[in-house]
Parts: sequence; C-alpha cells; structure tokens
Amino acid sequence: MSQINRLPKTYDVCVIGSGAGGGMAAKVLTEGGLNVVMLEAGPQVYPDKDYKMLMWPYDLPHRGAGVGGRASENFSEFLAPNGAWQIEGEPYTSAEGANFKWFRSRIVGGRTNHWGRIALRFAPIDFQSATRDGLGDDWPITYDDVAPYYDKVESYVGVFGTKENVSSAPDGVFLPPPKPRCTEILIKKACDKLNITCIPARLAVLTKAHNGRLPCHYCGQCGRGCTTASNFSSSQVLLPPAMATGKLTLITGAMAREIVVGKDGKAEAVSYIDKATRTEKRVFARAIVVAASACESSRLLLNSKSALFPDGLGNSTGNVGRYLTDSVGSDGWGEIPALEKMPPHNHDGVGGMHYYVPWWKFDRKNDFPRGYHIELWGGRDMPGVGMFDGLCHDEEGYGAHLKQRARQVYGTTVGFSGRGEMIPNADTFCELDPSKVDQWGIPVLRFHFKWTEYELRQAKDMQETFKSIVEMMGGTYKTRTRIDGQYPFGILPGGKIIHEVGTARMGADPKTSVLNGYCQTHDVKNVFVTDGAPLVTNPDKNPTLTIMALSWRASEYLLEEAKKGNI
Amino acid sequence: MAEKKDKGKESMATQGISRRDVLRTLALGAAGGGVLQMIPLEAAELAHQMVHKEKAAAAAGKYTPKYFIAKQYQTISSLCDAIIPKDEKSGGALEAGAPEFIDLLTSENEDYQLALGGGLMWLDTRCVDQYGKVFMECAPEQRKELLDLIAFRKNAKKDSGLSHGVAFFAFLRKMTCDGYYTSKIGIGDLQYIGNVTRSEWPGCPPLPE
Repeated sequence: MSQINRLPKTYDVCVIGSGAGGGMAAKVLTEGGLNVVMLEAGPQVYPDKDYKMLMWPYDLPHRGAGVGGRASENFSEFLAPNGAWQIEGEPYTSAEGANFKWFRSRIVGGRTNHWGRIALRFAPIDFQSATRDGLGDDWPITYDDVAPYYDKVESYVGVFGTKENVSSAPDGVFLPPPKPRCTEILIKKACDKLNITCIPARLAVLTKAHNGRLPCHYCGQCGRGCTTASNFSSSQVLLPPAMATGKLTLITGAMAREIVVGKDGKAEAVSYIDKATRTEKRVFARAIVVAASACESSRLLLNSKSALFPDGLGNSTGNVGRYLTDSVGSDGWGEIPALEKMPPHNHDGVGGMHYYVPWWKFDRKNDFPRGYHIELWGGRDMPGVGMFDGLCHDEEGYGAHLKQRARQVYGTTVGFSGRGEMIPNADTFCELDPSKVDQWGIPVLRFHFKWTEYELRQAKDMQETFKSIVEMMGGTYKTRTRIDGQYPFGILPGGKIIHEVGTARMGADPKTSVLNGYCQTHDVKNVFVTDGAPLVTNPDKNPTLTIMALSWRASEYLLEEAKKGNI
Repeated sequence: MAEKKDKGKESMATQGISRRDVLRTLALGAAGGGVLQMIPLEAAELAHQMVHKEKAAAAAGKYTPKYFIAKQYQTISSLCDAIIPKDEKSGGALEAGAPEFIDLLTSENEDYQLALGGGLMWLDTRCVDQYGKVFMECAPEQRKELLDLIAFRKNAKKDSGLSHGVAFFAFLRKMTCDGYYTSKIGIGDLQYIGNVTRSEWPGCPPLPE
C-alpha cells in the first residue's frame, strides 16, 4: 500500500468523467456546496485552438480527409476533438460475430464536444413500455418524476423547439426554432401528404442569447465545436459554473482503474492511473459519481473487485454490463430534381436539422415493437471529402460531363436517418475480457451484440418510409439495401449510433437491477452512476437530454442525503 | 463575401494585431470584452483570415511530390486534368491542387500506394501492350480511347482484362473529386454560399414554382 500515491485531501465527491452526466453532477454538487474532484481520462479542451469553426477544407493540408485519408473513419478531421472508434493502447474486443463499435472520448467534455445536440425528452410511455407490450422492463420512475428535471436542463442549457402536443415527443421549455431550410420545406410538404408528422426539431443550440452565452451565428458547424458556446457542451456550459464555485478540482489525464471499498462496505476512494507519469494514484472521497459513459462505467464497476464484492462493485446480481442497447440506425438518401431550380443561397443554418419526424405511428399496430424518429439532412452543405462519391459511382465517366453533373446535383440531395428503439436481449452485453488488458494494465471490455427480428423489421420500415417521402417529392431514392447479409435493410452495426446505454440499469428490485431510481447502487449507498448506464429502455430519443436530467436529479438526491449524513 | 474578407485582411495588417491577440480574445469567449474589444465572432473571422494569409505566403514555392516519382506525378496530374478539366466557368483539378492532395494522402497510406502506384503501372503496361508506348507518350486520341474504356464498369464486363484499370480509375476519380471540391475553385464552382457568421437566419428564399 505504501507505494500508492495518495492525494492529501479527502473530497466530498469524486466524479469520474466530464461529459453530459459528469459535468451536470459537478455543476449541481458544487453549487450545492460540496467539494468535488473530477477525474477525466483525457486532456483539457481549448476551443480557440482545438475547434475548427469557420475553417475551409483547403485551410487544412488534408482537406478534412485526415492523415492518409483516415479521418473519415472518425467522421471528419473538422470535428471537435472528441474521440475515436479505436484508441491506441486502449483496445476492446468483440466476441465472435459481434461486430460492435465503441466510440470513446478522452477529453474534457467527452462526447458533448461534438454531439448532434438533438435534445428529445423521453415520453411517459417510454418509462412504462413493458406494461404496454410485455417486452423488457419498466423503469422504477415515471415521466412525472423526471419532467421537472427536463424543465431545469432545457432552461439552463437552452433548447429550441415548438409546442406540438405529439404524445411520443413531449414538449419542453423551448427557445424559438430556426425557420426551415428549403430541403426541409419540401420534405414537410411530402410528409403532410403522407400523414407523417414533421415538426421543428429540438436542438441544444441557442437561437437567442441565453444565460450569458451568445446566440447562434448559423455557420452550420456545431459538430466542430463552437468557440462562442452557442451550442451546448459540458466543457463550455456545465464545467465553467462548477469551476466558478471554487469547489471543483479537475484532474486530467486520470484513467480511473478501481473504486476502493472500505471495511464498512462503503466506497472510500478511487484508484486511477496518472497517464503522464504512468503511476497509480488514489483520491479519497465520501461519495463517488461514476459517469465515464455507460460501458466505461460498467468496466470500472466490474474491475472494482473486493473481498466484499468479488464480482465487482454493484454487481451482486451479475447485471452490470447486461441489457446493453444502441439505437437502431438505418440511413437513406435521394435526389430531388425540384431543388435544381433553387438559386444558390446560404443553406447552413444551425449545425443540424431544423425539422424532424418524431415517431408518428404510435397509435396503430406495426410489425415491430416501439418506434423510431427520422433525422433530416441534405441540401447545399459546405462541399467536403466524399460529397460526390455517390455521383462518381452512378455517373462514372470523366471530364466536362462529370463536372456538369456535379453542378447539377449539388444541393439536390435529401437524406434521412432513422433512429429507433432496440429491445434488450440476452445475447447483447459487455463483460471483462478474461485475458486482455490495456496499456494501463486495466482489463478491457469484450462485447457481445445481436440485432433481433424486432430491430430488422424496424429498419425495413425506415427504408420504406424514406423511399415513400423521396418519391412523394418527385425524386429518386438512391439507397440500395439488401434483405440479408451483414446489414439487412441498411441496419448499422451495434454501437455506430453512439447511443450505447443500459449496462447498469436502475430498477425497483435490487435482485434484478444495479441502481435504484436515484442512480444509486443498491449494493453500495455512496456510489452513483449518472451516464447512459442507468437507462432501462433506449427509446427513439437521443439519450443525452435524459442523461442530464437523471444526473441532475441524482445529484440533488445526493446533496439531500449528504445533508442528512446518510452518505 | 470575398470582398469583405479582403477588407478584413487589410485592416489586420494596418492595425498590427497579432495572432496571439486574436486567440486570446477567442479564448475569453462568452466571458466578454477581450483584448481587442470585439466580440469573439469577429475574432474568429480574423483568426480565419490570418490562417489564409500565412498559407498564401507559404504556398509561393512549387509543390514537390512526397510519394510519386516525377513521371508518375505527371501521369496523375494528366489524369486529374482529364477527370475535372478547366472550362469557361472555372478552373479544373490542376488549378485546384488535386494532384497535391492525392500525393499527400497517398504518401501516408499503403492501401492508396497500392491502388494508385500499382494502378499507374497497370496503365502504362496496358498502353505499351496496346500502343507500344507508355500512357504519357501516347497520342491524345489513344489516351482518350483507353480512358473511355476504364471509365465505365460495363467495359470490364466485356473485357475482364480491364477490371483493374476500372477499379484504379474509379478510385482516382473519387480522389480527384475530393481534391477538387474541397478547393476554393471547386467550392466556388458549386456556388456554395456560406461558412460565414450571420446575426439572423432568414430561412429558405422563395421556392421556384
């Protein structure tokens, strides 16, 4: 024990991870008066130098393609420094046939630096869907428990949208929405004819000055990170107020390895690797908030083995790592000749869709459970690497004709991304790989993943819907999918939508769940998990808004318990 | 838009503002004020213009290929020119620096080296077989005849000996488009209007009937 480098101070709370869940916990806890230490596995983020806002492709030697053209594997060289599908020295493995992709961030703010800012509330039914269709489990809490926190989160971070009274997509506290783009006007017209609901999107982007932050300047590049913090990120919106209390100590380059449990059965410290010196350090705290991202948090719990908890902390049920889900994802696009007539105009807008399609078939019988929403894209975007891959493939040839065709089709594409609910299944989970460790000596995760007929039928429905919208617009649907093979109906590999959640789910029954309704582990009262891991279902709403609402709620509960002396 | 940018460049020079000043202003972000007494948005635009200026100064010299030998680079350039030529509206792939972009990426990626380096060898071998000369020494009509063959997948169905040439040309066509449409010339050719800051979002202009 003497070799371990112990930090001198004992903090009230140690928060592990600085993304949506960790950032929110740090804000609420420090503003509540607690002393918080935050461990972040990556470095600090510097918007002025790290964000590539307003740069042109030709400002970079690789034009956005990255060294050796490899940036496209991680979306684009222009994105905010946010992570990768593979991190050198920190592998994960997949069981045979699993093909799971895990996107991880190692930077202050985590994945909120680049996320799509789509901020959708879960609906009341999403907390009790098992009662309706018998699949999976209900949450131990209801929409009414979370609604006040949705209100608080939206009010604080700023979300645009409109009141629509769509039961699958509850309204929130909204800033005014931006007007639709030309592509979105045409899509909405087609949707109206098809009786598909199409409404203004809900994004965490400021259309008005809000809480000291400047309004959006409509460059369309939220994903690159915003130097004016006109969109939400944990690094720019949650951590600054926490820092301002003087009660937050942020330690970067700190890879949490184990939560240390004392003889009394309570957690007392976190052991972490200080990456810069490759040494192990230990920080003591009265409570631990784990928010390292669902799978990373589960990995930490599983690696926190002790005499009291030989299978890992919070894992007396064996459920840590189980119930893993990602969103069902299938994309498609088409060409709309009507758009060829549009004069050149600025189409940028906010960095994401201005309109979207919420789940609209909730009141009828479908051949798959639950539902999906549709994200819209396309139009006169800034040209970039890969933009004409489809044209090159279809058109072939070369010379004046190719160049003319590019001019003609530029701006005439519309795209659709279906994002739907996956039902947890027994073949989909993560566990510790029995033989492999990362460069820090920490056992890595091994993934098991399987889509079932439920998800495949949903992807099929998505493809049919996209096609019907494009054809109603008088266009040609260009996406071709197969009914068999590795990606039936264009379904993307598990993990690709980066909505992996559920691996330490909450529940009323300590025998079947890891956490209670306040994200507190049933087994160890001073350990909380506040990222995507507590989610019992993964409905067709991007999880970040709910992660923040649950984290806020859990943090308030933690504050109360601390006041009562229960932690 | 270009006009506005150029004005910005000038004022930068006359005011003698340093890159550091601009970055410091940006770093202060929404906290307000800033050393330059401007809002961060303006600072961001200025920073952007400075990058342009530095690049322009550095780009005065001629590009030295990093991967392709001189002869190969000539062939790549000639093919890029054929894929996206200059016309009355805009410059082509050569003016847009597509060969430089392709060379840079290829120097960093072994798969690209095989696809393009090997593809060039295939091209010359085929030309020697067919015309008795390497591609660059062939007459313009002969080059066109060959390109017309390898530019379409259907030709490889008729003559399976062409399939590697078709694959090579498809990859080079994609790379040329990437290089061209990420250049100032290519982006201008498409009449993309944007990548600017604006105080309001006006929505879609009137849709044509």
